[in-house]
Amino acid sequence: MANFDWAYLFEISLTGIAGGGLYALAALAFVMVYKATRVVNIAIGEMLMAGAYLFFTFASMFALPLWLAIPAAVLGAGLLGAVIERTMIRPLLGEPPISVFMVTVGLASVLVGLVEMIWTADQRRLPDFMPTKPIMIGDAFLAPKVFWGAMIAVVFIAAVLLVFRFWRGGVALRATASDQAAAYSVGINVPRVFSLAWVASGMLAAISGIIVGSIGGISSSMGVFGLSVLVVVIVGGLDSVLGALIGGLLIGLIEALAGAYLGGEYKLLATFIVLVAVLLVRPYGLFGTHEIERL
Amino acid sequence: MRIGTLKETYVADAALFDSRTQKVWLAVAAALLVLFPFMASDYWLYLACLVSINVASATGLNILTGYTGLVSLGQAAFMGLGAYTVAVLETKVGSPFVLNLLAGGFVAMLGGLIVGIPSLRVKGLYLAIATIAASFIAHFIFANWKFTGGTGGLSVPPATLFGLPLDTSFRLYWLIVPVTVLMLLGAANLFRTRVGRAFIAIRDRDISAEVLGIPLLRYKLLSFGLSSFYAGVAGGLWAYFFRVVTPESFPLLMSIFFLAAIIVGGMGSILGGILGAVFMTMVPELLKLVVDLLPGGSELTVFLSPVRTVIFGLLIIGFLVFEPHGLAEVWRRIRRFFHLWPFRN
Repeated sequence: MANFDWAYLFEISLTGIAGGGLYALAALAFVMVYKATRVVNIAIGEMLMAGAYLFFTFASMFALPLWLAIPAAVLGAGLLGAVIERTMIRPLLGEPPISVFMVTVGLASVLVGLVEMIWTADQRRLPDFMPTKPIMIGDAFLAPKVFWGAMIAVVFIAAVLLVFRFWRGGVALRATASDQAAAYSVGINVPRVFSLAWVASGMLAAISGIIVGSIGGISSSMGVFGLSVLVVVIVGGLDSVLGALIGGLLIGLIEALAGAYLGGEYKLLATFIVLVAVLLVRPYGLFGTHEIERL
Repeated sequence: MRIGTLKETYVADAALFDSRTQKVWLAVAAALLVLFPFMASDYWLYLACLVSINVASATGLNILTGYTGLVSLGQAAFMGLGAYTVAVLETKVGSPFVLNLLAGGFVAMLGGLIVGIPSLRVKGLYLAIATIAASFIAHFIFANWKFTGGTGGLSVPPATLFGLPLDTSFRLYWLIVPVTVLMLLGAANLFRTRVGRAFIAIRDRDISAEVLGIPLLRYKLLSFGLSSFYAGVAGGLWAYFFRVVTPESFPLLMSIFFLAAIIVGGMGSILGGILGAVFMTMVPELLKLVVDLLPGGSELTVFLSPVRTVIFGLLIIGFLVFEPHGLAEVWRRIRRFFHLWPFRN
């Protein structure tokens, strides 16, 4: 390995970490719902897709300006989150987790079918809105879309973390996550917190969907992105925000490295092998809460 | 409670089929199964074989998920293992199909045991995701190993019985349906034994089960093994039925299909597995028939595939929200009505 190309490794790693930022944002959307409501939302990738298609509709079909189209898409996705919570998740309160999990599996299927019905299964391009000047970090070249996508993701992650640290609703959400019964008894409206979590998750998913879509185009099979997000949250620990962030970067990095050095078909394989390895050592993820079971 | 079924011995109480009515209806059903191929068209025979394969695999998943409470999204991968084993044996060794099917079952069982090892520590939905990982790894092996024909897959020559190639739906029916019936009987009997009851105890609360003296690892592995054995045999039948096996034949969606089938049918009920698999396989076909009957049907066929996807999802959601015990519960309700009739309705 005398002439090992360190610059290439650096470039790939940067791309991977930037991609990981997107995973982290989507994973945050997932963890928010899981923490508040204990629902494993396997349809996270499809919610991303729905957000991206909403943006596509507003920007390309209704020809709205960007500053209007993006908020409209995000609000629409939030509404979608609220509808999902009300019609599918609320009726299943108290049912076993696997039932709720399967509902989200059904939801994924419904969303994919709806997208194919309305927009057909063809690949679409989102309008460009990010600067196209190439980014150079040292000698390493970074695709501008990836760089700016990661930057937007970082901004939103920071915003979300701040909001949930200081805003009343955010505090209520964290209280519900740590103890539902106690949250009830101090007067927090827990069902409304559930709705809030789904709305926020839908919005975040839409933002990451718009970024992911503008990097790679949108299609009805975009939900595959959700599989990587699932790996991220399992590796990080389902209920850990920190885990989602670190897991996102880790999986992004591993995917990029595997894709560059082994070939594109090894990407998913590498992430799933990491997943299995992590689960064998720490069954509740890197930073997840180890639940103590009592009889 | 049923009227007029007094039981005087434990044996009678534990019998699989306990009333005369039930036996009569089973005899009728068996007769129908035997007569069906002589009356039905090729299309319906094709569907019957497909349904039968799905019933076998769904029953396997029911043992694992419905009775032992371990959620798995790897059923399709285990079917793939069975199908590939059969394909390789049939093309490269040429051994008789009974042996191939059994080998397919055992290879899948081995795969199931390996996937099942983490199940002692990894629980609930973490386990479900881990089985997704297993199915991706299996897909990768199928697609990239020369032995399995790469992405092009393998084509399988028809099974032969006494020199007679089983190459039409009519002939395959006599292979697939009896095997499925045997497997169903096996599964139904399993839950009258010590092992089956241990599975149920683990489902209800695994720690309590361990306190009662059930070795968790052994029984969880056994459940994984049995379930994937069923999947392997079903996959073998699948290979003989479709005669070509590719890595894309067993996608994650297929695993979801089986999980959906047992949820719609009713988890933890053999009848539920059967009803669910039949229902979920038939719905897309019925949809096709409906679209054909509608005026302007040819224009609507563009929408057929997305509508199917939506209806598939809506069925899962609808059953979970409105009928969480599935079709088996609906069936029980109907039966109860007739049992109590005319005293109460």
